[in-house]
Amino acid sequence: MTTVEHGLSKEVELKYETVIGLEVHVELLTASKIFCNCSTQFGAEPNSHTCPICLGLPGVLPVVNKRAVEFAIRTALALNCKVSEFSKFDRKNYFYPDLPKNYQISQYDLPLGLEGHLTISYDGEVRRIGIRRVHLEEEAGKSIHEGSDIVGASYSLEDYNRAGIPLLEIVSEPDIRSPREAYVYLNTLRNILRYIGVSDCKMEEGSLRCDANISVRRAGSTTFGAQTELKNLNSFRAVEKGLEYERVRQIRALERGEEIVRETRHWDEARGVTVSMRSKEEAHDYRYFPEPDLVPMVIDREWVEQVRSTLPELPAARRERFIKEYGLPEYDAELLTESRALADFFEECVKGHHDAKAVSNWVMSELLGLLNAEGKSIEESPVTPEYVVQVLDLMAKGTISGRIAKEVFEESFRTGRMPGAIIEERGLVQISDESQLAGVIAEVIRENPGPCADFAAGKEKALTFLVGQVMKKTKGRANPRLVNKLLKDRLERA
Amino acid sequence: MELYEYTAHELHDILLRKEASAREIVESVFRRIDEVEPLVRAYITLTREEAFAAAGATDARIARGEEIGPLDGIPIALKDNLSTRGIKTTCASRILENYIPPYSATVVERLMSQGVVMLGKANMDEFAMGSSTENSGFFTTRNPWDLDRVPGGSSGGSAAAVSAGEAVLALGSDTGGSIRQPASFCGVVGLKPTYGCVSRYGLVAFASSLDQIGPITRDVTDCAILMNAIAGYDPRDSTSVNREYPDYTQYLIPDIKGLKIGVPKEYFGEGLAPDVREAIEQAMNRLQDMGAILVDVSLPHSEYALATYYLVATAEASSNLARYDGVRYGLRAKGAPDSVTMAKRTRKEGFGAEVKRRIMLGTYALSSGYYDAYYLKALKVRTLLIQDFERAFEACDVVLSPTSPTVAFRIGEKTKDPLSMYLSDIYTITANLAALPGISFPCGFGQDGLPVGLQLLGKHFDEPTLIRAAYAFETAWGPRSPKPPLQTGGRDRASIPAGSFSDD
Ligand SMILES: [Zn+2]
Repeated sequence: MTTVEHGLSKEVELKYETVIGLEVHVELLTASKIFCNCSTQFGAEPNSHTCPICLGLPGVLPVVNKRAVEFAIRTALALNCKVSEFSKFDRKNYFYPDLPKNYQISQYDLPLGLEGHLTISYDGEVRRIGIRRVHLEEEAGKSIHEGSDIVGASYSLEDYNRAGIPLLEIVSEPDIRSPREAYVYLNTLRNILRYIGVSDCKMEEGSLRCDANISVRRAGSTTFGAQTELKNLNSFRAVEKGLEYERVRQIRALERGEEIVRETRHWDEARGVTVSMRSKEEAHDYRYFPEPDLVPMVIDREWVEQVRSTLPELPAARRERFIKEYGLPEYDAELLTESRALADFFEECVKGHHDAKAVSNWVMSELLGLLNAEGKSIEESPVTPEYVVQVLDLMAKGTISGRIAKEVFEESFRTGRMPGAIIEERGLVQISDESQLAGVIAEVIRENPGPCADFAAGKEKALTFLVGQVMKKTKGRANPRLVNKLLKDRLERA
Repeated sequence: MELYEYTAHELHDILLRKEASAREIVESVFRRIDEVEPLVRAYITLTREEAFAAAGATDARIARGEEIGPLDGIPIALKDNLSTRGIKTTCASRILENYIPPYSATVVERLMSQGVVMLGKANMDEFAMGSSTENSGFFTTRNPWDLDRVPGGSSGGSAAAVSAGEAVLALGSDTGGSIRQPASFCGVVGLKPTYGCVSRYGLVAFASSLDQIGPITRDVTDCAILMNAIAGYDPRDSTSVNREYPDYTQYLIPDIKGLKIGVPKEYFGEGLAPDVREAIEQAMNRLQDMGAILVDVSLPHSEYALATYYLVATAEASSNLARYDGVRYGLRAKGAPDSVTMAKRTRKEGFGAEVKRRIMLGTYALSSGYYDAYYLKALKVRTLLIQDFERAFEACDVVLSPTSPTVAFRIGEKTKDPLSMYLSDIYTITANLAALPGISFPCGFGQDGLPVGLQLLGKHFDEPTLIRAAYAFETAWGPRSPKPPLQTGGRDRASIPAGSFSDD
């Protein structure tokens, strides 16, 4: 194995173009498995979510879970695919102990979704990535080999809880042109799948997996170079890093006049390299043939339209709408629409408090800040939009200052109590009464002759100091704008 | 007459008249089993205890004055590829020798809910692959008509049990003739229903697109009664057809006047034994005498049926049988260093020669580079065969043929030559490829007094017409098949009792 130092010369970089296609597998969020009634819940006792059907006992037959098909249609529509009117299942034959029937029920030549696309944008550039196909299949079980691999293991353990969970394979066209673009594609795809509620896309639990095909070719060429397939890409970061390594490796090999071997390579995260996998593991003839235990599916157009009508607004459209409708900057719109729950939260807030930019600022900096600090998602937020509306209203009316607002909101976040109640109880209402502030201001002027003189001499900065002193004396409750005005008046009159 | 000799509908009347109890019936059958099973060897597993318990339950229902159905208390043999909860289901294979399913097949559940008394699990060719039970991983069943001959297959144990009085009824499965051919060899009635008529849930698959479960009985009335119990939509089998299923017994009408019977010339050519031809032609004359109209039809693609069948069936089988790897159930080869080797050794030790042959054939047919030439081509020919029948059925109501080209052959006669064995299904396989119903019923005798079966094939879901025609023939010519002699060397024609359909 050779190591590759990263970074190619600009001249070499310009000579080549990278071609990447991604195969993404996601587990669908159906309550039961694709061909039986077993639960799909993650993390149960090994082999507790199994039955004769998903264990592949002699004589059992599969029955398609309609919900899984609906989720596949939903995904196909969200990815702008054509939904096949006629679709069928096929058997993919290969032996592996975690595959109970030693064939996987999958889809071969008539997948549910075809010819779609996904629009991605980053660094101000918008690109359209083709989706070749979306198809439904069953998940395999999970093997644990005691030892290096299946052949070297002293024993192997099999857990079939996962076997039969509905799986969607989403295959992109080779339209991706850089590892960074692959990363953005995955991110965009994940956001869509979460938006439409078909998968939780948790790579760490294996509910989203990605294999990547990569080749390089001379810039301007229209034919493809020999590609390698990357496996063991366990995070989006790994996808990007693995592809970058492979891209550089391939270009260097070509530069040396070598040929690229068409093969499957394993991404070694620890060493940061890709390694060729033994060829015998890839020499597969899956002997696909139509699954005789299932009748072909005729997908009713009415059903498709009905599924389409339940599709939520997708991230890209929502982002555009946020910019237009709420006048948000692109950055805000992008961030707020990343998850459907966050975008919903934001819109719920705006319904109560109409200053959208103020809501956006508060949600992005205050709320997300507090959530991130506790490692919580927006779905787990202890405060509802009502809290945000109340705190922003109080601030806008001048009842509380920004500083108090942050303090109160933090307390709401911790205790679940409403901001209004906290303010009332702790007497945090902002002092906007001139007569109440007059005494404190007189006191501050008396105690700070120096800064007062500075201000008189034209040093505007001195005023800020004096306002700060008033705020300190009022424990932050004074209306800073009013204090500013009153101080200025008093000093200028003096 | 002993109780075991009666048909199911006769026993039902006996139970209703309280002339005997269900317990006495099952006792009689087990006495018969004890007596002749050493000669016939129809069963892999006997479930004596369960049978007596079930009979007791029937008697209790009768004692309480409950109404009993036509199958309540009737002893039945089940082919050993039907999953029976808590009872070994071996498919006559070493690889499943000790496999006990945790669930029952839909047909088994249906029968149990009607109070049927299960006697045991009948012998068969391993995974239903064969035409003689010689491919059983355990032993060969003998034909009750001549113990030196095979009972046919793959449901040979079921047919032999019914013929020898070791069961009143039986269920078999038919992938290419596996109900009809043994029924023909053993002188009993066998029906392969339309594909999708009987749930396959719990039937251990050989070739999923061809397999159907069906009855093997001593007469057509029992066949209709058993069909009533097993036919019907099952949501657990996606290929099961959701439609109205009739009461088949209402077609037990001894009248076939005007019935148009198609006679395909392709089924009367080379390979048909003279004694079988003679018996079939005699039966055709009789059908004509009864008012049926014989019409010539043609099934021009018949010559490709066998090749098509052995591509489709083996391709599906190669995939269906992949699950037997020693990982989850059944045989596990000992001492393997890893799970890959374990799976290989388990399959090597567990499968018999014919099963291995078919797995290899099917794997080859599906392999890349061969798929189009073999499997895909076979699917196309299958469509042509279906069209052949569609055209034939424009001119007739049913299609007639011999069930098998010969009477029961001798044990060992064809084991060396798989192709000659395959040819014994030449007339039956088309029904499976075209998903049509087919019935075989005794129509006479051939050489050595061995029974000859006549096959009628019907339109999709037209089991009623098959039952009517078979019933009419049986009523006119063979009210009951004569008792098989349970000897070696067959019988003289002279020994056939007067009044049975063999004499003119
Ligand atoms: Zn299950």
